Amino acid sequence: MSTSTTVSAVKKQQGHGALSKHENLIGWAFLSLNLAGYILFKLIPLIIALVLSFCEWNFVSGWEGIRFVGLENYGQLFSDEVFLVSLRNTIFYAIATVPIAIFIALIFGVILNDKVYFKSILRLVFYLPNISSMVAVSLVWMFLFLPSYGPINEFLQTIGIANPPRWLNASSTSLLSIAIVGIWQVLGYNTIIILAGLQGIPESLYEAAEMDGANAMWKFFKITIPSLSNTLFFLTIISIIRSFQVFTPVQIMTEGGPGTSSSVIVYYIYTTAFQYNNIGYASSMAWVLFLMVFVFAAARMRFANKGD
Amino acid sequence: MLMGYANKKKLIKIVLTVFMAVLAILMVLPFAWMLSASFKPDSEVFNFPIEWIPKTFTWENYIKVWASDIPFPTFFMNSVKVTVLAVIGEVCTSALAGYAFAKIKFKGRDLAFLIYVSTLMFPSQMMLIPRFVLFKTMGIYNTHWALILPGMFTAFGTFMLKQFFESIPEELTESARMDGANHFIIFTRIVLPLSTAALSALIIFQFVSMWNEYEPALVYLRDVDLATIPLGLKYFQDESSTSYGAVMAASVCSLVPIFIIFLTFQRQFVQGIAISGLKE
Repeated sequence: MSTSTTVSAVKKQQGHGALSKHENLIGWAFLSLNLAGYILFKLIPLIIALVLSFCEWNFVSGWEGIRFVGLENYGQLFSDEVFLVSLRNTIFYAIATVPIAIFIALIFGVILNDKVYFKSILRLVFYLPNISSMVAVSLVWMFLFLPSYGPINEFLQTIGIANPPRWLNASSTSLLSIAIVGIWQVLGYNTIIILAGLQGIPESLYEAAEMDGANAMWKFFKITIPSLSNTLFFLTIISIIRSFQVFTPVQIMTEGGPGTSSSVIVYYIYTTAFQYNNIGYASSMAWVLFLMVFVFAAARMRFANKGD
Repeated sequence: MLMGYANKKKLIKIVLTVFMAVLAILMVLPFAWMLSASFKPDSEVFNFPIEWIPKTFTWENYIKVWASDIPFPTFFMNSVKVTVLAVIGEVCTSALAGYAFAKIKFKGRDLAFLIYVSTLMFPSQMMLIPRFVLFKTMGIYNTHWALILPGMFTAFGTFMLKQFFESIPEELTESARMDGANHFIIFTRIVLPLSTAALSALIIFQFVSMWNEYEPALVYLRDVDLATIPLGLKYFQDESSTSYGAVMAASVCSLVPIFIIFLTFQRQFVQGIAISGLKE
C-alpha cells in the first residue's frame, strides 16, 4: 500500500518534472522572437549608449577615432551654457504645458462626460490634433504665428492690439509659442484619459450627494477630484515625461532659436550628435535626460504596483 | 417644480453644448486654415480677413506636391511600407510574447518580465544615438529596415496583449490543456480569437504612431527617396520655403489617411489610448 503510493508519487513528480521542463522550453520559444529583437534593439543600444557617454568620438573619424575619457563628458555638461539653457528651457516647457493642459482637459472631461449633446462627435474633434503628424501640425502653426502677416497677429491687430508678440521670431516668446502648440496637441489625449477616469466614478456617489442637496461645486471638489486622484497622478507623470522629450516642434518651427531661446534638451542632443558629430558628448546628455525621466517613471511604477 | 428642474437641466445642457462646440471649432481652425490655404495661390494665402473659401480656387499646389521634383508619391509608398510591415511584425511578436507572459508558467518568466518593465523607463530618444551606431555597423543605416525592425519589437505591444490575455479565464485554457491541446493550439484557436478587440486596438494605435514617427526617420535615413511622409514634409519645407500653399497641400495629404483611419476605427483607437500610458 505504502510502496504503491510512493511509486505513484514519484511517477507523478517525474511526469510533472518533464512537463515543467517542456513548459520552460515552450515558454522561451514563445518569447524568443520578441526577446531577440528586444536584446538587439534595446539592451545592446543601452549598453552602447552607456559606453559612448564615457568616450570622446567624432563619428566621421571612424572607430579608430574613439577615445575613452572617463567622466569628462559629464563634467563638461555643467559648464556648457547651451546645455544649461536647454535644460532650463525643457523644464520651463514642462511647467508651461503640463498643469494648463491637465486643467483644461479636466474641465473638458467633466463637461463632455454627460453634460452635452453630440458628445462623441465633440470628443473626436478634440482628439484630432493628437493623431496628426507633429511635423504637419508644426508647419501650419509656423504660418499662423508669422509676425507680420500671419493670421494670428492680423487678428490681434484688428481687435486693437497694435504691437502683437512676434511669437516664434522673438526670444521672449519662442518657447511659449511652442508650448501653445504643445497644449493644443495634447488636450484631446488628456481629455480622453480623464473621461476614462470619470466613467469609473459610481453614479450613486453623485445621487447620494444630490439627495443631501449638494451643489455642482461641492460635487466637483468633494467627489470628482478625489475620485480622479489616481487618473490625475498618472496623467501628470506621463505629461511631465512627454514634455521632457519635446523635439519635433522645436526642430521644425525654430531650430532652437532665436539664439538658444527655444533650444530643449533633446534638440541639443540631436544637433550635438548629428550635426556636430559629437557622439560621445551627446550620449552623456542623453543620460541626463534619462535621469530626469527616471525620477518620474519610477514614481509611476511604484504607484502602478500599488494600484494592483 | 419638477418640470422646472428638468427644463433648467436641459437649458444648461444646451448652453454647454454650444460652448463646447465653439471651442471645438477653435481647435480645428488650424486644420481649416491649412485646408483652405492648400487651395489658394501663394499671393492670397495670407489675405486678411481670412478667406476660408478660397477666392481663387486652384489645384496647383496639389499638382506641385504629387508631380514635382520632391517625390511625394514615393514618400507615401515608403510610409505605407514601413508602417504596414512594422505593425504586422509587432502584432506577431507581441502576441507570442504576451501569451508567454500571461499563460505559460516557465522558469525565468518573472525575471524576464521585470527586465522588460524596467527598460520601459528609457525615453525613446535615448535609443537614437546608439541605434544609429548599431545600424551603421549592421549595414541597415539608410534603409527602411532601420525603421521597421525596431518598430517590430516594442515592449508596449507585449504589455498590452499580456494584460488582455490574462483577463481570459484560466478555466478556458486549462480545460483545453486537459483535452490535450498544446500551447500553440490554445494560442491560435482560443486566445487569439477571443482577443480581436485588443488586437485591433493595438493595430490601429501602432499604425497611427508609426505613420507619424519622425525622429527615427530623420536620424536613420539620408536618401530623399527613402523618406517617409513626416520626413518628406520636412524636405518640402526646406525646398519650397516660399510656397506656402504647396507646404499646406503636402500637410493635408499627410493627414488625410490618418484621419480616415481614425474616424473609421475610433472605438478601437480610444481603447488603445486608455492603456497607452505604458508607452514611452
